[in-house]
Amino acid sequence: MASINDVVIKIATVNGTGSASANGLLRKAIFRMGIPVVGKNYFPSNIQGLPTWYEIRVTGAGYQSRANRLDVMVAMNAQTYTRDLADVSPGGWLIYDSTWPRSKLLDREDITVLGIPLSRMCNETFDGARARILMKNISYVGVIAALIDIDLDIVTQLIEETFADKSHLIDSNMQAIRLGFDYAMENFVCPLPKKVEALDKTKGHIVIDGNTAAGLGCMYAGATVGAWYPITPSTSLMDAFQAFCSEYRIDAETGKHTYCIIQAEDELAAIGMVLGANWNGARSFTSTSGPGISLMSEFIGFAYYAEIPAVIFNVQRTGPSTGMPTRTQQADILSSAYASHGDTKQVLLFPADPYECFGTAVAAFDFAERLQTPVMVLSDLDIGMNDWVVPEFVWDENYVPDRGKVLSAQDLEEAESFYRYLDVDGDGIPYRSLPGTHPKGSYFTRGSGHTKFGAYTEDADEYQEVVDRLLVKWETARDILPEPDIEYSKSNKAAILTIGSGHAACREALDRLQEQNVNLNYCRIKAFPIHKLAQEFIAKHDVVYVVEQNRDAQLRTLLILDAEADPKKLVPVLHYNGNPIYSDFIVEKALEEISKGQAA
Amino acid sequence: MTYIQKPSITHPGLPKNTLGLTARDYEGTVSTLCAGCGHDSVTAAIIQAVFELNIEPHMLAKMSGIGCSSKTPAYFVSEAHGFNSVHGRMPSVTTGANAANRALTYIGVSGDGDSLSIGVGQFVHAIRRNLNMCYVLENNGVYGLTKGQFSASADIGSKPKKGEANQQEPIDPISTALSLGATFIARSFSGDKEQLVPLIKGALMHNGFALVDVISPCVTFNDHVGSTKSYAHTREFYHHVVDIDFVPPAEEIKAAYEDGEAMTIELHGGSKIVLRKVDKSYDPTSRASAFKYLREHFNAGEIITGLLYIDESRKEMHDLMGNIDTPLSQLPLDTLHPGAKELKSILKRYT
Repeated sequence: MASINDVVIKIATVNGTGSASANGLLRKAIFRMGIPVVGKNYFPSNIQGLPTWYEIRVTGAGYQSRANRLDVMVAMNAQTYTRDLADVSPGGWLIYDSTWPRSKLLDREDITVLGIPLSRMCNETFDGARARILMKNISYVGVIAALIDIDLDIVTQLIEETFADKSHLIDSNMQAIRLGFDYAMENFVCPLPKKVEALDKTKGHIVIDGNTAAGLGCMYAGATVGAWYPITPSTSLMDAFQAFCSEYRIDAETGKHTYCIIQAEDELAAIGMVLGANWNGARSFTSTSGPGISLMSEFIGFAYYAEIPAVIFNVQRTGPSTGMPTRTQQADILSSAYASHGDTKQVLLFPADPYECFGTAVAAFDFAERLQTPVMVLSDLDIGMNDWVVPEFVWDENYVPDRGKVLSAQDLEEAESFYRYLDVDGDGIPYRSLPGTHPKGSYFTRGSGHTKFGAYTEDADEYQEVVDRLLVKWETARDILPEPDIEYSKSNKAAILTIGSGHAACREALDRLQEQNVNLNYCRIKAFPIHKLAQEFIAKHDVVYVVEQNRDAQLRTLLILDAEADPKKLVPVLHYNGNPIYSDFIVEKALEEISKGQAA
Repeated sequence: MTYIQKPSITHPGLPKNTLGLTARDYEGTVSTLCAGCGHDSVTAAIIQAVFELNIEPHMLAKMSGIGCSSKTPAYFVSEAHGFNSVHGRMPSVTTGANAANRALTYIGVSGDGDSLSIGVGQFVHAIRRNLNMCYVLENNGVYGLTKGQFSASADIGSKPKKGEANQQEPIDPISTALSLGATFIARSFSGDKEQLVPLIKGALMHNGFALVDVISPCVTFNDHVGSTKSYAHTREFYHHVVDIDFVPPAEEIKAAYEDGEAMTIELHGGSKIVLRKVDKSYDPTSRASAFKYLREHFNAGEIITGLLYIDESRKEMHDLMGNIDTPLSQLPLDTLHPGAKELKSILKRYT
């Protein structure tokens, strides 16, 4: 079926062979043509040698999620021929390296198989084993450019930008691209019926991953202490923060750092450092993933009870246990929401894409200091490590950070007395003092039972008074945290509800359903505790499809526990195999449920 | 506990430090440890050291984990900020606190369970970073609050109150710290205030990680015959090898020392310590020889005390990283980002 700007390409390669640069080049070239494009990594937990895939979805309509079909497969990895062949949608194309005789595995009647002797051509043109492998991977960029009609001038421009400092590499890379491009032009009918055509839909947009966006947000928020332990898929967040700091956080006068990044010995230490730094008045954060949250939980509960701000990025991956470290899921919702023993609940924020990662990072520090409690930003591998086309971030020059209720030296000097855990304002948030400010500000921070005055206690009433006051604070949090995004359609009493990266697929699903005259309302939760508007939204509907990426319907559980939602209304739509959710999955589930309902 | 009030009687005749404060001003709430606990003597030594160093109480941060030892920061310097964290994690909290504000003085109080079992990971990594803090390890060989289990510092053959003697190798905090490159390593005894106070003062003023391992007997669970951490055993087998005198900045060294016996080391803030070698063969500036000496005497069952190693030349954490002198927590947030216009140019990289 012919189509313009609606094509899905998947490239199968071997990890560690430089294919990431080639894939990035393709994705960027399409973006520069003004066409929205989605890039998804499917990579192994491995450094070199295992199969890896990159999926490029060209979507003139500007959708953000992956499509569950495959038009063009570039099968550069003989190890995975069988499954790569099977993945191609009927009517699609498969490109393989025909240097060696065509594998019997590559027979399929309903698709077109195109062979190109990439290895032979590269071996004849380039010297050295490493160069030949790298150039083979660059050469398929030329093949795809010819097949789907990517502007070769833009590719050239990108190569020149990439190797601006190493001009000798410009020629060799372009030569490799030309090899593939020319061969395809001479031997195949180019372009294919599925091709791209320049648009102007990417102006004012950038292509960025969520971890980079969040790292940038932390720099803009004024975070000074980052403590972390390396873990996929969160590592690139602290890497990004480090990179931005090394550029923008060098004191002009002394050449010294105005930041301190500590690679801790483990996640237990990382969160301990974050608490120590926030206790002392710095904006401090950590980035981690599910296993790290498990390890940090004792301290997270401490911070909840001792009321210490902290910002924790949880870039979720596939669990349980080690699970699949390089695949995505939203399966830490409950373990984050109720991290730690005893009666604890934690504030959560759910960005939906890299654009929101930037703003949410900044907001997280404000909320943490305002509420004097840990704030966890629940991103995931799909948001954090994949490339999204999103609007450019904007920095509000009038931004005033919310440092919360912190008493200055003068406040303390003038105060008759200061007690750390007293609810002076009735919003459940006490005043805090920072060490070193004033002798009157001193108090003892502890995770053991304490009175509202901050003293140690084992007295039943004194203990309960404080934990009850924490509930008042919880309700304050409910009011001030971001409202849900709510969209009403022509409908009816049915709706879709989701969080985080589920948004992209849900948004597309709503359009698809509308094409079939199924109108659903939509709610995207942005924070926990669940906002009252979301509670009201659920109450208004007869049925709410709760779309999330975990097996156990964790968001649904949260809605029941915290938003008093009627469980009978909440129909789980669960996608949890490690790949990002896609719109057809939601459409099919919704239609299936609707027809069940009609039959009944 | 809150219902035990300390009598607030003033003594007009008490000596005052340069801040006009008396030692009473450096006290805390009443200890809830057992009568005769070694830890209370360590608390008293800390009070004296901080008082004599003229440290402003609110510029001191008292850090701890969990255990009997970790309760003690409540018992000294009420006007300092205290942070009683979770078990074995005091070093990480102190690391973060120091990262945010390097202008405060940090004293951490821990125990052998807190530092050598559950928290051994954080203990060793704080040393590696040369975190600028005074780390007091109140070492009694047992878990008190859970009623007398051995800790990792229990010696082979040491007998518990009930049950079998310990057969596992002890973890010695001194040789551990020495092997990790700690820059100030001392050991003392809770019953020897004369030795302990100057060591704590030196540790507080040292610019880097300063360990003070204090044998501090547990009167309830580990003070019987057959225990190697009892008062009687410690008194019988302990030896001073290097004592120190602490000389505040701008003060002259008054005491007369014999030739070859004394060695003066200037500390970062201008104060000095004079090392007095009790055993002239001991060299507290050589890691290798200190290690050999300690091992030999340890094998002989001796408890070697004093300032066992010092290296003032190594940089502490912030300086190793090249961080600014101003406490990071005091930098105005709007000076920490390049603004809206620069954001636009940063984002060009992603087109």
